Amino acid sequence: MRLTVDHVTRYRYDAPARSVVQSHRLMPSTFAGQKVIDWEVSVEGGTRGARHRDGAGDLIQGWTVAGPVSDVTVRVRGSVDTEDLAGVLRGHRETVAPDCYLRETFPTRIDVALAELAATATGADILSLSHALSAAVSDAIAYRPGVTHAHTTAAEALALGEGVCQDHAHALVACARSRGIPARYVSGYLFADAEGQAHEAAHAWAELFVPGLGWVGFDPANRCCPDARYIRLGSGFDAQDAAPIRGIARGGAGEAMDVTVAIQQAAQ
Amino acid sequence: MSQFNEMYEGTSVRPPYARLKDWVATMPEELRSLKQAEAEALFRRIGITFAVYGEGGDPDRLIPFDMFPRVFSASEWSRLERGIKQRARALNAFLVDVYGRGEIIRAGRIPGRLVYQNEAYEKAVAGFVPPKGVYSHIVGVDIVRTGPDDFYVLEDNCRTPSGVSYMLESREIMMRMFPDLFRENRIEPVDTYSEKLRRTLSSVAPAKCKGEPTVVILTPGHFNSAYYEHSLLADLMGVELVEGQDLFVEGEYVYMRTTEGPQRVDVIYRRIDDAYLDPLCFRPDSMLGVPGLMDVYRSGGVSICSAPGAGVADDKAVYTYVPDMVRFYLGEEPILQNVPTWQCGKTEDLKHVLANLPDLVVKEVHGSGGYGMLVGPKCTRAEIEAFRAKIVEDPGNYIAQPTLALSTVPTFVEEGIAPRHVDLRPYCLVGERIELVPGGLTRVALKEGSLVVNSSQGGGVKDTWVLAE
Repeated sequence: MRLTVDHVTRYRYDAPARSVVQSHRLMPSTFAGQKVIDWEVSVEGGTRGARHRDGAGDLIQGWTVAGPVSDVTVRVRGSVDTEDLAGVLRGHRETVAPDCYLRETFPTRIDVALAELAATATGADILSLSHALSAAVSDAIAYRPGVTHAHTTAAEALALGEGVCQDHAHALVACARSRGIPARYVSGYLFADAEGQAHEAAHAWAELFVPGLGWVGFDPANRCCPDARYIRLGSGFDAQDAAPIRGIARGGAGEAMDVTVAIQQAAQ
Repeated sequence: MSQFNEMYEGTSVRPPYARLKDWVATMPEELRSLKQAEAEALFRRIGITFAVYGEGGDPDRLIPFDMFPRVFSASEWSRLERGIKQRARALNAFLVDVYGRGEIIRAGRIPGRLVYQNEAYEKAVAGFVPPKGVYSHIVGVDIVRTGPDDFYVLEDNCRTPSGVSYMLESREIMMRMFPDLFRENRIEPVDTYSEKLRRTLSSVAPAKCKGEPTVVILTPGHFNSAYYEHSLLADLMGVELVEGQDLFVEGEYVYMRTTEGPQRVDVIYRRIDDAYLDPLCFRPDSMLGVPGLMDVYRSGGVSICSAPGAGVADDKAVYTYVPDMVRFYLGEEPILQNVPTWQCGKTEDLKHVLANLPDLVVKEVHGSGGYGMLVGPKCTRAEIEAFRAKIVEDPGNYIAQPTLALSTVPTFVEEGIAPRHVDLRPYCLVGERIELVPGGLTRVALKEGSLVVNSSQGGGVKDTWVLAE
């Protein structure tokens, strides 16, 4: 499926910032399930900085914007050919040892309720256990925007019983780790077709490490594994670690952000 | 427990201390107290009052200086030197390995859990090899002695070991107060340290750096307990001492603000922890670091010393495996021994520890500064029982070691001169070459019988001599 992306993130500062520095994880991952046709990231008035591929295989690009600056617009445009690999991250090059992703982070900290939820899942092997864990999270947390925020933890979302894709992904990551399965947070895009249940265009899901298969994606928010509607950008321990844009404004005040994302299927 | 006295063997004086015998014997009582007061005044004037190794406590408290030097012969030192350099090489090989293919884990020589789930393991640098393959550029190895030829490594410090300013200032003050001693004894100089440090740091400049590298020291600021040391080293090396706000990332490089405009920085000797280096990579709330620094670092635009992630090699649980690292990476037998260590996380070890608490020293895996530890032989039964409960509650958090009969060195105390227990921290420099200044920081437990040399618990410092052949 050929998907086109137009993703604009605009930061505004009430008091102009002396400078803005950002670190982007905004390049589609290189693996068998997706092929970049064209892709461009631009930052208005920005200087392209250092670029490297990290140990998890993500291409990281730095940007700096010299101040005074009261407005920064990051625009991502491009198209990607995707293929349904049933969630399997085939042909992705990375050096980080999977066991690294057994580590707990603040938003994925396990509490009694998460551990109990994880314990309800059963499976004859790691793959079926992973499916069961993902289903358990889907059942326990209903999709509802607006009740959680960027800093809500997995435990808090489970207690609420509601949340968005970030909360689902955090909860699945936490549950999988508690069962000894390395798990990570993945950020990307999702194309929502007319009949689909897909909710969020700037999307997040989880990957669990299944021996024999490698990393396999699970999207508890949509009760499925990533397929051709998904574009994968990068991964991390949690949402913050996997964020497509991390940035800081020096000397600025009153930051406001708005995001628009349009994902469309291109006529081929 | 018989204790090795580094100066006296019965009534005879061991050769390295031969000349000190007369020095003490002929020193009048009044002169001694006069000199001691002078030494303290000098230390205070210099402003060197910080707590060694970030032990906390009162940052303005003066650490007692003891004028009685600690002396090593050339041959004693030569063995120590080989052992320390060997260890520094192995630790760096380990770091390159665990951020690369992890051969030592694949070979089953060290459990992957200890490395990959370690808080000090930085996923952000996996797959990256720093210039010259060096992660830890200054390795501080804490060593104790129990006999003429028996040295044990207590722990390694691969991040930013502090205390070297005490080595430099103790020598400076001794030379000023007792110039005759330095004429009578052939003592190896330690003041070459700053030059060697500078050379080490310059040697790991990134490939993108052309010409003479610009080196800076990055400090958390003047409120940090080791700020004095940061500024001393910057002065001695002739490099800028900067705080995070003095540096900024622009494009592919890091720059320092100067009165003549921005100047590109090639090597950062940082004295701040990984977590605070870059809010875009680590703690987002950190104001101490430089936003975007890690992106520049990972793309080869700047070198950071020690390299982010180096701390995984000096974890107390990983420490147990350093002798295995020496064998695995270097194919050599370790010259310096580890203190036998029991991991309370292992069932067998835990059993042994709980059965022998009164004879053991028990430490927290991530603790430092002599806090949160149990020195079995010095504790009451009630204290031991209270500690037992803590271990049982979270065994994986503790390691235990036998109480070592630490060597003693004569020390000036109120009653005159008496033996006191000491340890040693030499500072090994690793860059293009591996270098070790002949000397280090000797800490002394000033309380009679005390084995805890930490300054927060009544420890002092001594000048450390290495005699020339």
